[in-house]
Amino acid sequence: MNWLLSFFGWLGEFFGDADNWTGSGGIPARLLEHLQFSALALVLAMLIAVPLGLLIGHTGRGEVIVVVSANLARALPTLGLLVMFVLLLGASSIWPVIIPLVLLSVPPILVNTFEGIRGVDPELRDAAYGMGLRGGQVLGRVLVPVALPLILLGCRLSAIQVVATTTVAAYTGLGGLGRYVIDGYATKDYASVVGGSVLIVLFALVVQVLFALLQRVTVSPGVSRRLKVR
Amino acid sequence: MITFESVTKRYPDGTVAVDRLSLEAPTGEITVLVGPSGCGKTTSLRMINRMIDATEGRILLDGEPVQGIDPPTLRRGIGYVIQQAGLFPHRKIVDNVATVPYLLGWDRKKARGRAMELLERVGLDPALARRYPFQLSGGQQQRVGVARALAADPPVLLMDEPFSAVDPIVRTNLQDELLRLQSELNKTIVFVTHDIDEAIKLGDRVAVLRVGGTLAQVADPKTLLSEPADDFVREFLGHDRGIRRLQFVSTEALRLRTDLTVPEGGAGGASGEPWLLVVTGDGRPVGWRSGERPGELEPYGTFVHGRDSMRTALDAALLSPSGCAVAVDEEGRVVGVATRRALDEALAEAADG
Ligand SMILES: Nc1ncnc2c1ncn2[C@@H]1O[C@H](COP(=O)(O)OP(=O)(O)O)[C@@H](O)[C@H]1O
Ligand SMILES: [Mg+2]
Repeated sequence: MNWLLSFFGWLGEFFGDADNWTGSGGIPARLLEHLQFSALALVLAMLIAVPLGLLIGHTGRGEVIVVVSANLARALPTLGLLVMFVLLLGASSIWPVIIPLVLLSVPPILVNTFEGIRGVDPELRDAAYGMGLRGGQVLGRVLVPVALPLILLGCRLSAIQVVATTTVAAYTGLGGLGRYVIDGYATKDYASVVGGSVLIVLFALVVQVLFALLQRVTVSPGVSRRLKVR
Repeated sequence: MITFESVTKRYPDGTVAVDRLSLEAPTGEITVLVGPSGCGKTTSLRMINRMIDATEGRILLDGEPVQGIDPPTLRRGIGYVIQQAGLFPHRKIVDNVATVPYLLGWDRKKARGRAMELLERVGLDPALARRYPFQLSGGQQQRVGVARALAADPPVLLMDEPFSAVDPIVRTNLQDELLRLQSELNKTIVFVTHDIDEAIKLGDRVAVLRVGGTLAQVADPKTLLSEPADDFVREFLGHDRGIRRLQFVSTEALRLRTDLTVPEGGAGGASGEPWLLVVTGDGRPVGWRSGERPGELEPYGTFVHGRDSMRTALDAALLSPSGCAVAVDEEGRVVGVATRRALDEALAEAADG
């Protein structure tokens, strides 16, 4: 029970401190930074991985790119990548952080987009061509809507990963919620460590919920088979 | 008219799926391609709309070689129905049916109006229009597939085993429906099946293919049954060829007796005939009464005179201990009785001609 008491004690201390809500080191500012880094990395990753996955899945050419990227993602250590880019590019801009985040986000999106497109029932693809749709129309009007749940799944996996990994950005002296955790450790300010961790977890949960909503809005009920019974 | 001019398809792996096929599918008729699995039916069909390109030879559509037409443009002018319907799962039924009209640039309202009209035409409740494909049964999906193929009113329809994945009762319904539609629309239909009974039922002309993709025989169903070109065709046609041929013999010429009926409740039966048909006041059959046991009514079988075939008439006769078939009109009223002797005469005639 002791640890639970101190946990809530630290939480109360962290969130109750008025200083923690204002200024450049305040919670709103840190949240915004975290959001900016994560969103920028995710959007860049999607801009690269979704079209590439669609193209490879649709044409069946370049599958090796998908395989290599999936394996690299498993092999590369996040922190190592980050440190490498900081050493290469210096710590003065956000790019040493953003580039590794993008590199880590690409594989889940790429793999799921590719699998989603390739996994569409060949009969359906065949019927689409048989109706007289051209290649691009088959992709845009049939394959993408049917593969959308998997494409979004890839994006969601990456988003969660990016939100968690952005914490590490604090090592390089950049902002984000990671600052609370890392700076807190350094100064033995456990209220800050606990409060920062909880914020990161909440942030990740909100991202999950947003993606669930996005899925509801964009995926056809005919594909999700979610339907109001009349 | 669709013309195959010595068409060969050789797949990259060397398989010859279709071998110098020459065939005509006349305008406004149903031409059925039938044969065992792997004999090249699907390949032949798909070369018409260029889902597959022929290796050698030409396919002409009203005299124009399809090889010269841009495939998507060609396909928008040809209805295509496949076994699993292949409906777009993310689109409502009405939009599935309107696929080709949308592609042709019709405005949304007109395309949807046309789609609704077609749903009704193929015998579907318009309320289904707002559902998604997964909410429909296999038979309903297949009907939607047919409606979608007809949406832009193409003169040609290609159907690849469209009814083989549904249960037998639904299949029979779909076949009847297709024949009804065809009698209204007069499309040029090429229909692929491995089921010889389906081929004989639907085809104006039936082309039997053998493995290796060569044509064994092409003929109208009646000729096919009475004069199979060789042992392969004979074997493929299976048993009961003689009986099945009777389905192409009309009952029109069947001699009917009208003196064998008695009204319900009436006495009758003094004529010395062993069997008399009891009918209601408005002319509907009730049952057969035998001279031996006048108190009991025995079952009867009917056929529609002039519309049903000799096969149906014979079947009706066999259903009853009287051995006679009851001829009715379209409304089900008795018009006469075909006795064993009348059936016998008609069968003898059928065997000659
Ligand atoms: N894409 C392909 N590559 C190689 N061989 C094929 C291909 N498609 C079909 N075949 C072969 O061609 C022959 C005819 O196939 P198909 O036209 O599908 O026959 P059916 O529809 O009569 O069952 C079969 O031997 C089949 O294995
Ligand atoms: Mg086939």
